Amino acid sequence: MTALEIRNLHVSVADQSILKGIDLTVKQGEIHAIMGPNGSGKSTLAYALAGHPFYEPTAGQVIFNGEDLLEMDADERSRAGLFLAFQYPVAVPGVTVANFLRQAINARRRAEDPDDKGISIPAFRRLLKTKMDMLGIDHKFAGRYLNEGFSGGEKKRAEILQMAVLEPSIAIMDETDSGLDIDALRVVAEGAVRLRNESDMGVIVITHYQRLLNYIVPDYVHILMNGRFVEHGGPDLALKLEELGYDWLRELYGTPEEA
Amino acid sequence: MLDRRLAAWDVYASLPMPTTSDEPWRRTNLRRFKPDNIGPSLNGTADAAVASVPDYLAAQLTEDKTGGLLVQVDGITQSYELSEELQSQGIIFCDMHVAVRDHAELVQKWFMTEGVPATDGKFAALHGAFWRGGTFLYVPKGVKAAAPMHSALWSANGKTFTHTLVVLEEGAEATFIDEYGSAESGSDALHVGAIELLVRDNASLMYASLQDFGTNMWQFNHERGRVGRDARLDWVTSAMGTRLLKAFQTVELDGQGSWARMSGLFFADGRQHFDLDTQQNHNAPDTVSDLLYKGALRDKSRSVWQGMIKALPGSQRIDGFQANRNLLLDKDARADSIPGLEIEADDVACTHASTVGKIDEEEVFYLMSRGIPRETAVQMVVEGFFDPLMQRIPFAGVRAHIAERIIEKVG
Ligand SMILES: Nc1ncnc2c1ncn2[C@@H]1O[C@H](COP(=O)(O)OP(=O)(O)OP(=O)(O)O)[C@@H](O)[C@H]1O
Ligand SMILES: [Mg+2]
Repeated sequence: MTALEIRNLHVSVADQSILKGIDLTVKQGEIHAIMGPNGSGKSTLAYALAGHPFYEPTAGQVIFNGEDLLEMDADERSRAGLFLAFQYPVAVPGVTVANFLRQAINARRRAEDPDDKGISIPAFRRLLKTKMDMLGIDHKFAGRYLNEGFSGGEKKRAEILQMAVLEPSIAIMDETDSGLDIDALRVVAEGAVRLRNESDMGVIVITHYQRLLNYIVPDYVHILMNGRFVEHGGPDLALKLEELGYDWLRELYGTPEEA
Repeated sequence: MLDRRLAAWDVYASLPMPTTSDEPWRRTNLRRFKPDNIGPSLNGTADAAVASVPDYLAAQLTEDKTGGLLVQVDGITQSYELSEELQSQGIIFCDMHVAVRDHAELVQKWFMTEGVPATDGKFAALHGAFWRGGTFLYVPKGVKAAAPMHSALWSANGKTFTHTLVVLEEGAEATFIDEYGSAESGSDALHVGAIELLVRDNASLMYASLQDFGTNMWQFNHERGRVGRDARLDWVTSAMGTRLLKAFQTVELDGQGSWARMSGLFFADGRQHFDLDTQQNHNAPDTVSDLLYKGALRDKSRSVWQGMIKALPGSQRIDGFQANRNLLLDKDARADSIPGLEIEADDVACTHASTVGKIDEEEVFYLMSRGIPRETAVQMVVEGFFDPLMQRIPFAGVRAHIAERIIEKVG
């Protein structure tokens, strides 16, 4: 069973300390929600786990699958089974969604066997079609340049399509619900739940809203403020936040400015 | 022809060697160019067959089977074929020397008269005096060439001066691929070429010139297309090789309603220096030109693109567009991009765009975050950068060949 263990993780961005000691263990099959005000460091945690060179771990450890995650390059982390659905997916002009996904699949196969010829075109087409249908994505999407000119909702769907194709063991969904209309939210959330049920994927859901958590019901809810977890709880904690906002927490734990 | 050579030589002798104080040469210094140290080409004195032409040259590049294929070494024909079908259409596709001999009347009329006269510049004059080999393509009135044609011009050593003359008579249509290459060698080599594309009223030409010389080559080219009334010129240029390339590429939209598209792709590495001077001259009303040049640069390479759209006072309702985009892959690489407009008409839509940028690390990271190794991710970003140009090349073989070279160069 794969687990992601984050121990006392500190992360700096441009020499500024953002995360100040994060502890979190996510096992396969579990759903964790991370909530917290704007700027509290949620995406910083996601990027640092994915291996973005801009986000520098300055202390602590992350063990993934028994290995030191922080020693791995971003591509190795992905191939090891970690996935990040970006809050702000990046457009890559001139690279089609289909070509991109085929390269991603082939990179996995080649890491296993350097002589691998890559997935056959018909097999790839079938796979892509199945996943697109599951997420209600128009097949024309495959021929478009990756994220270029995509609407906010299309970008988020494309992220989940990638997740569905790559079948990670642990996925981080960073505000995947923002920009999605109500129907798309349901399709995307159901897709994620299905992946979790089918392949026992572990999920970290970063969100501001309860509506996503109505579909993806979290086992644990963690609240991040000013680079630290300040509360842990079950699904009720998210409901409480929805009702009360963050003020009661700010009173308890201070605003970022005061820290 | 001898008279013309002598006249061209006179022009050559009368013009000084360009220096960086000449505007078109401001960014290209010929200080290291020592033409006297470059030996003569085979010049017909050695056995051209001895020089082996690599297989990739002259390979089938189009989906439609090539109807005419001409392979030359240092301007001397090594193999030649023209399908019966094209022959029966009255199409002339042959070695430029054969054309002078067998089609003197046609050649006399068009050889360095309307396209690239010797007076175009020092190197046009040098070409006029010493040209050797190259291709003559003539498509008679109303004839739509039944198959694409392809020339492969290999430079074995020394100085080469091939000439391309394409004439499409009224309503004619043709596709022609001109391919240039040479082996890598330690000693300098020189290519001074001229390309003349004369597209008469209602005619349509798809022309692709694919240059992949060794990096010991110094190349100076003058190239001009003339487009008649309601005619179309779709012109693709790819430049991968040479130590230094200086090319003047001009379209003259002479006829009302004419259309020209210029698509240029280059990739420089090492110490390569490419300098492309383009002009889109709207000499008639209702004309459209669309230029897109994209280049990637690695190591200490350097590129210059200087483009000009001109519209004469009477050229109303014209639409001219030019864009040059450059991707720098190393901190020591440098690209200069200089767009320009000289518009004397008032009812015009002319726009230009030019960018020089580094590879976007966010794009690379995004691809890597899906398991794609860094080198592959960089390759994909570079290939993606060129994709809009690849979309303009309707030949899978050409695209595949270029893509392969791009990947090789990205390393
Ligand atoms: N690339 C960056 N450059 C500079 N500052 C950054 C960068 N990324 C994050 N930060 C800073 O780190 C802090 C945490 O940002 P982060 O994006 O992690 O917040 P978040 O919790 O995801 O917020 P939101 O809910 O708005 O998405 C902010 O103060 C932000 O300005
Ligand atoms: Mg965020």
